[in-house]
Amino acid sequence: MTTAEQAVRRTANRRLTPPERRRSSAPADAALLLIGACFLLPLLWLVFASLDTNAGYQTQLPANPSLTNFAAVLTPELLLRPLWNSLLLSGGTATVTVAAAVLAAYPLSRFQSRFNKPFLYSILCGTCLPITAIMVPVYGLFVQLRLLDSVPSTALFMAATALPMAIWMTKNFMDTVPVSLEEAAWMDGASGLTALRTVVLPLMRQGLGVVFIFVFIQTWGNFFVPFILLLSPSKQPASVSIFSFFGQHGAIAYGQLAAFSILYSVPVLVLYVLVARGAGGSFALSGAVKG
Amino acid sequence: MSARKSIRQQLRLLPVVPSVLLLLLFLAAPVLWSFHASFTNAALTGRNARNPAWTGVDNYARLLTDSAFPASAVLTIVFVVASAIVGQNLLGLLIAGLMTRARKPVSAVVGTAVVAAWVLPEIVAAFAAYAYFSKDGTLNQLLAGAGWAGADWLYAFPMVAVVLANIWRGTAFSMLVYRAALADVPQDISEAALMDGASNRQRLVFITLPLIRSSIATNLMLVTLQTLAVFTLIWVMTAGGPSNASTTLPVLAYQEAFKFGDIGYGTAIASVLIVLGLVFGIAYVRLLKGANR
Repeated sequence: MTTAEQAVRRTANRRLTPPERRRSSAPADAALLLIGACFLLPLLWLVFASLDTNAGYQTQLPANPSLTNFAAVLTPELLLRPLWNSLLLSGGTATVTVAAAVLAAYPLSRFQSRFNKPFLYSILCGTCLPITAIMVPVYGLFVQLRLLDSVPSTALFMAATALPMAIWMTKNFMDTVPVSLEEAAWMDGASGLTALRTVVLPLMRQGLGVVFIFVFIQTWGNFFVPFILLLSPSKQPASVSIFSFFGQHGAIAYGQLAAFSILYSVPVLVLYVLVARGAGGSFALSGAVKG
Repeated sequence: MSARKSIRQQLRLLPVVPSVLLLLLFLAAPVLWSFHASFTNAALTGRNARNPAWTGVDNYARLLTDSAFPASAVLTIVFVVASAIVGQNLLGLLIAGLMTRARKPVSAVVGTAVVAAWVLPEIVAAFAAYAYFSKDGTLNQLLAGAGWAGADWLYAFPMVAVVLANIWRGTAFSMLVYRAALADVPQDISEAALMDGASNRQRLVFITLPLIRSSIATNLMLVTLQTLAVFTLIWVMTAGGPSNASTTLPVLAYQEAFKFGDIGYGTAIASVLIVLGLVFGIAYVRLLKGANR
């Protein structure tokens, strides 16, 4: 079929669709809005309670909305240090992951080798490993190697868990950069890694951003891994300290718990919007899922 | 010449080494260590922590005789089937399907609401779900508003609460997969069927679903794996209780290893989960290979 034919066909389709759409869109709209409301309801409590100094588990409009709860948790001890720890852990993990993934993806994307396919498929298998299941053995291993309660080794472990997905995504992004550009650089005498640094990476900046943010969001939100591997409160990220806060004060200070949760969630929400707007969240996701 | 060429080819693979080392040290080694430790009486503290003794298949024999494990395995199956295979999967497909018909702004707003529950840090989502299902929580408020008596969901029906919470938390993933899949379904095939007088249901069953079947298979596999590994949501909402009524396998492995200090038994449970994950992983890879061929 020629392009012209396709265009004609598409216009014909468009002419066909509107009446059909108009007929069915009202019930679909109503059903979707109902589902959407169900999904928002549990989050409503977080917002209302954070503004209410007398909050309980009930969802109610605060009688005297105030930012007192936010002010109460905004102390270095309660919130700022855990957030800083989260930033260190997530930033470190994402940096290590992206660096390792770029290095690994380059030969996988550029050179044919008998090693490529088995490697890619076995790490794909690795993405299926239930991470919560391996935490008991990982704890045992960390005890044996004396790595427990160390932020760098926790970051390295989390980088390893994120790597399989990151290598696949990075390779897919790299495959879209034409080889011809690098060949020009090779002709000028640049080595493979120089070509990677000066030609390929700048062209896939956006893809690398997506991978970095993906790993960052995952690590920022992860509770179980730091809960097991980091023991001293001074090193724990916000996900773990919020859990201890909940254990110690949650039964009294619901409003503060909600305020804490919101302040801790805002960075990942912002980052997600960035990715979804920029590169298309479903695009990045399909790149990861379809392989 | 050819020897040098093959060495050069090997050198080209050098940049893969850091990743391979990370994966071997932090993923492969724990898996192997898990299989090894599950045959010992390794403990969290005390003499058996320093010098664990080889106990053969004792831990696995205990899995079968201990009443906690079979009960927990059944709960895990219920959790995965109800919340992932039925809940997230069907609801995600339903939402994606409705979105193809609804007005654009409505789709965008609802899509954001669904995704919000998924993007939030897991611990925050777990708190929100805890508050929602607690005795004076939002759900009971709604029920009271409709004139029904509520219940203390987290104690009386803990599995119902965690299943619903996991559907709420995870449906976004299925929705995104199915939105992408449905966007790839060519409009004209479906419209041709419409012209031939096919009903909506016939078009769904005979045209749309067969066209997106590889997405369905991929999605089922991935949501099953994700749900199999859910820990935080259950831990915050019920901590596996009351009296193990919502203890899925990850929670059981955690309790045995860290609460009762029995690393050997904990790793035996973990090993079962790892094997399950690997089986699904291999099936997933075969599926993708088949789709790419």
